[in-house]
Amino acid sequence: MSDPILSIRGLRKAYASGTEALKALDLDIQRGEIFALLGPNGAGKTTMISIVCGIVRATDGTVLIDGKHWRQNYRETRRRIGLVPQELTMDVFEPLMSTVSFSRELFGLKPDPARIEQILRDLSLWDKRKSILKELSGGMKRRVMIAKALAHEPDILFLDEPTAGVDVELRKDMWNLVRRLREQGVTVILTTHYIEEAEEMADRVGVINRGELILVEEKHALMQKLGRKILHLQLTEPLQAVPPSLADWHPQLSDDGATLTYEFDAKAERTGIPSLLAAMRDAGIAFKDLDTKQSSLEDIFVDLIHNGRKEAAD
Amino acid sequence: MNWRGIWAIYKFELHRFRRTLWTGLAVPVITTSLYFIVFGAAIGSQMTEISGIPYGAFIVPGLMMLSLFTESIFNASFGIHMPRFTGTIYEILSAPLSAFETVLGYVGAAATKAMLVALVIFGTAHLFVPVQVLHPGLMLLYLALVALSFCMFGFIVGIWAKGFEQLQVIPLLIVTPLTFLGGAFYSIDMLAEPWRTITLFNPVVYLINGFRWTFFGTADVSFGAALAATLAFAGVCLAGIWWIFRTGYRLKA
Repeated sequence: MSDPILSIRGLRKAYASGTEALKALDLDIQRGEIFALLGPNGAGKTTMISIVCGIVRATDGTVLIDGKHWRQNYRETRRRIGLVPQELTMDVFEPLMSTVSFSRELFGLKPDPARIEQILRDLSLWDKRKSILKELSGGMKRRVMIAKALAHEPDILFLDEPTAGVDVELRKDMWNLVRRLREQGVTVILTTHYIEEAEEMADRVGVINRGELILVEEKHALMQKLGRKILHLQLTEPLQAVPPSLADWHPQLSDDGATLTYEFDAKAERTGIPSLLAAMRDAGIAFKDLDTKQSSLEDIFVDLIHNGRKEAAD
Repeated sequence: MNWRGIWAIYKFELHRFRRTLWTGLAVPVITTSLYFIVFGAAIGSQMTEISGIPYGAFIVPGLMMLSLFTESIFNASFGIHMPRFTGTIYEILSAPLSAFETVLGYVGAAATKAMLVALVIFGTAHLFVPVQVLHPGLMLLYLALVALSFCMFGFIVGIWAKGFEQLQVIPLLIVTPLTFLGGAFYSIDMLAEPWRTITLFNPVVYLINGFRWTFFGTADVSFGAALAATLAFAGVCLAGIWWIFRTGYRLKA
């Protein structure tokens, strides 16, 4: 594997009030990947991004952008980073085109109307280029924020909650945009608390809670490793209740008595399925169909956060 | 140096001024006219000359300074306070700009506008009284120095202020009274003791008199003392800004 494009070591942020927003966080982001940082509100996602981008000061730790220290080489490193913050903050009296050009020039690049046109067209904003920002809808403003972040052609893009409060269609557009950016070689780091988003887009997922990275894993590996599976059995004859002989497996019976569900740990050596099926045969319960379903990232996430809390409480 | 970045901020700020160009210029013209009508015609007729200078001409440097102070502080403080208020400051902070470059963009633009207003006042004054400037080059340099100092001061105010009303507090409650009491419209030699000596502790006295010296070659304090006081003020503001960026005071969490 090549050197990481972004390398975070021991990043800590403590506020004067004593709150520790980040606790010695380590993270490597690979070139060209889409990395999703998942976590509940206040977990430290935005703090981490803000420190990398130079908006918040770190209490401790270092960040290397392609091997370059982010404070000592801030001119070089910042030029490579684009940031789309969570809030729709913009100069509402400015026309769209000039606000995007402003962002480009702020990063020291010479004006390039053709390039800006391309960005605006990609984001379906070209028709609105002369509009004053306050006249735009929320969804368009969100895209303006992205256009501003892309104006200086960064190769690392931070999207902080890109689809918070965004309708389904725009969310799909956003996902397509992120995929296109990846095809162009841009590394994308996005934060979200929509699991669906990470599941849909990310190559790797990091879960952050209370300033700590609980886990970083390839999305597929994560789902396999931690995934719980559910076995559904469509019974030939509905049951009144779960027979005592099956009680060891704690299966659930649907209200109509026609479906028996059994949850099992897919990563365990013994899933308990063969023995359950054998016990059913012995009890004379027949089934006409069965399927197993992988649990979603959301289930995994909720599990992790809850276990984290339990451990903290113990 | 990220010259393009500085230029982007500078252009952005001037563009903001251009949106309010007419009110921005009408206000100093009308105010100056009012001062001349009140001070020049009504009071000036009672006090013909100060140190051999006709009263109408005597108050021109003071009028220019008064507007320069308030314009500088207001423009510079608003310029940096607005992005802090709306949150657009994120872009400035995440751009490859040094603190010096950021300040240069904001302070440079605010100083440009403040100097323009001062020169408009100078032009308006000509409609009422003949004014001659003994050292025009020095006058412009001094104007620029004071504008830059007060814009740096305004930048600090814009960072310090927690809301828009606080932006008004410093110019209205401190700078304007100090200017009125600092000999903008009279010579401090006209004051009885101990008031004259007390007035010498007002830093604005030196700024106004230094500027007046470039017009008439004569003032209540020596030009050297005035220049020293102005440079000292500029130095204090520079140190303040340096401290803000070093500590991140109200700029970076």
